[in-house]
Amino acid sequence: MSETPMWASESFWKKMAVWVTAGSFLILVVLTFDTLKQTTAGGERVPAYSVINKKIDYQYDEALHKFMPVIGGEELLFGKVFSEEEAEQLVTLGKKTTQAKNCMNCHTLLGNGAYYAPDLTKAWLDQGWLTVELREEQMIKFLMDPEKNARTFGTGRKMPNLDITEEEAKGVIAFLKWMSSIDTNGFPYNFTTIYAEDD
Amino acid sequence: MSANSETATPTPSSLKAKLQAFHSWAGVDDSTLNNGQKLAVKYFMGAVILFIFQILFGLLAGLQFIAPGFLYDILDFSVNRMVHINAMILWMLYGFIGCTYWLLEDESGTEIAGLKFGILGFWVFSAAITVVVLVYLLVQTGAGNDTTLWLINEGREYIEAPRWADIGIVIVMLIFFYNVVMTFSKGKWSGIAGVLTLDLVALAGLYVAGMFYMTNITHEQFWWWWVIHLWVEATWEVLVGVIMAWSLMTILGVSRKIVTTWLYIEVALMFGSGILGLGHHYFWIGTPEYWLTIGGFFSALEPIPLVAMVVHAVYDSGERGFKNMNHPAMAWLIAHAFGNFFGAGVWGFMHTLPQINLYTHGTQWSASHGHLAFFGAYATINIAFFYIAIQHWRGNVWMGAESQNAWRWKWALALLNIGVLGMTIALLIAGYEQSFIERAIEGSTWGGYFAAQTHPSFLSAMHWRMLFGWITAAGLGLLVWDLLTIGKGETRKAEVITQTE
Repeated sequence: MSETPMWASESFWKKMAVWVTAGSFLILVVLTFDTLKQTTAGGERVPAYSVINKKIDYQYDEALHKFMPVIGGEELLFGKVFSEEEAEQLVTLGKKTTQAKNCMNCHTLLGNGAYYAPDLTKAWLDQGWLTVELREEQMIKFLMDPEKNARTFGTGRKMPNLDITEEEAKGVIAFLKWMSSIDTNGFPYNFTTIYAEDD
Repeated sequence: MSANSETATPTPSSLKAKLQAFHSWAGVDDSTLNNGQKLAVKYFMGAVILFIFQILFGLLAGLQFIAPGFLYDILDFSVNRMVHINAMILWMLYGFIGCTYWLLEDESGTEIAGLKFGILGFWVFSAAITVVVLVYLLVQTGAGNDTTLWLINEGREYIEAPRWADIGIVIVMLIFFYNVVMTFSKGKWSGIAGVLTLDLVALAGLYVAGMFYMTNITHEQFWWWWVIHLWVEATWEVLVGVIMAWSLMTILGVSRKIVTTWLYIEVALMFGSGILGLGHHYFWIGTPEYWLTIGGFFSALEPIPLVAMVVHAVYDSGERGFKNMNHPAMAWLIAHAFGNFFGAGVWGFMHTLPQINLYTHGTQWSASHGHLAFFGAYATINIAFFYIAIQHWRGNVWMGAESQNAWRWKWALALLNIGVLGMTIALLIAGYEQSFIERAIEGSTWGGYFAAQTHPSFLSAMHWRMLFGWITAAGLGLLVWDLLTIGKGETRKAEVITQTE
């Protein structure tokens, strides 16, 4: 029998396994620190929660060749200016509500979740709310009584009544507005916003 | 039937009697098992029960795509789908824990270190799951506050279990981990033991990354993927590598040196591609653009270790002319090798590059991949192990050529594979259609979403998925029947396989 060559030996692959795993993990840890830093709320990619006081749009950027959030001037939510702290509180209530109501097992958020109901990444900007003026009221009504206000677009799929209070509904709307301002590297592609006709 | 079946009130002793009656009906004999294996079969039985739940709730969720009014406001899609995927994760974990306890005493050459803790852990884990599921089904949702996240539902796909249960899971995993480490330390270490132990550290440790609330959804999903991806595309894959290595050694007689070398190769390739392959979940959640390059590149490499596994399993089986002591287990191991390669490898690769993922992300593409990958990579190898366990439990009986009622395991194998593959293809067609119509043409608006959901090819895909779902369920029914009866009354002993040095 010939000797096992080094590249096929147990000891060689044992060392490879250890070094490759350790090396990959180390790179992941370094990248994790950088990513968390770059995506802290208030940075360029993930805006501060008080962005809910502003107009948010989503347009194709010719120079970057991708869709990008466009943060504009003042466009108040519920006719109120939120301080950074108040905005964070409201978005937190909204985020907790989306978890407590298990939204993710029908919808997707940032494209992750289940596929029974539409993606919520840019829900705030969807033309489904008809006009910018009607949007807030429509959203509150829908969230609080989805059965009556359902638009099933011919699928027959209706959101169930989840006992969402008015305060929670406002929180969810603030959360959705804030989420629509996150730079998601151009996902979703080719999205037409509720502002499209204005331009 | 046994004489004990008429016992009245369910006192502990009568429960014990019933259990014994069941054992004698099933023709299983505890005296053929070591203590670790006795604990393992508890986990296997739990796994099969959870497997049945997974399929039942999958059927309900599938039906709701066709008839949305079905169980509306009683058991909504979100609840059924949550139980469907949670039962899946849990039965696979039960299976893995069972496999580990099964091989622990043989591999370490000594008795299990903390049997009592292990048994306690099993009952605590099972009781906790029962409570969690009852709350899922009866309470379902709560107010948007911390109490809900702690007691009812955390609302994060796959790891919805409320926080109290998270803590329980970590404690049970620590008990499990203690048993593994202490048993190997008391007995002897091996390559398989080393890989298994280090993998379990990572597996348990990663779960902690999913136990925090965060308002910043980009950060939240970043850590959430640490748990989900680094479990199913890294640590679980290595764990099945360990189980595959041990199984090939046991039922085929492959030499330890060969399986250990292959295991190291698989670890190097799996972690080398899978750890940074995590980046393919960081394309669109707000994380920096460099993840498009890193995630795309490394996740494109993820199929390589799975090819290695196919080569390993098929080559070693072929070299021995497929002569083995347990035909159903061997067949499921081969199904695992191919299922893992196609489901996790090919189906994952098809939509992993960011240029295509921009359109496929968040569509039925993921569901198609999910079905074939979880089945191919993890259901198959657990089922293989159920057969290894039941063979011993019935007194190491013959499960080779010309077994009685061999049609049952063969049909169970065929129906389960055809069922899952059929669902995968149906979902893939739905995913393609969604990518074109909802994503590429309509631009992912709600109008686009519903345009795709009402398209005839989507609707027919949902019907085909349902049909293949029923076929999968029939396969599971047959599998359970087979596990309850295979080798019962068999008088021949298992073929003796001599292990190559």
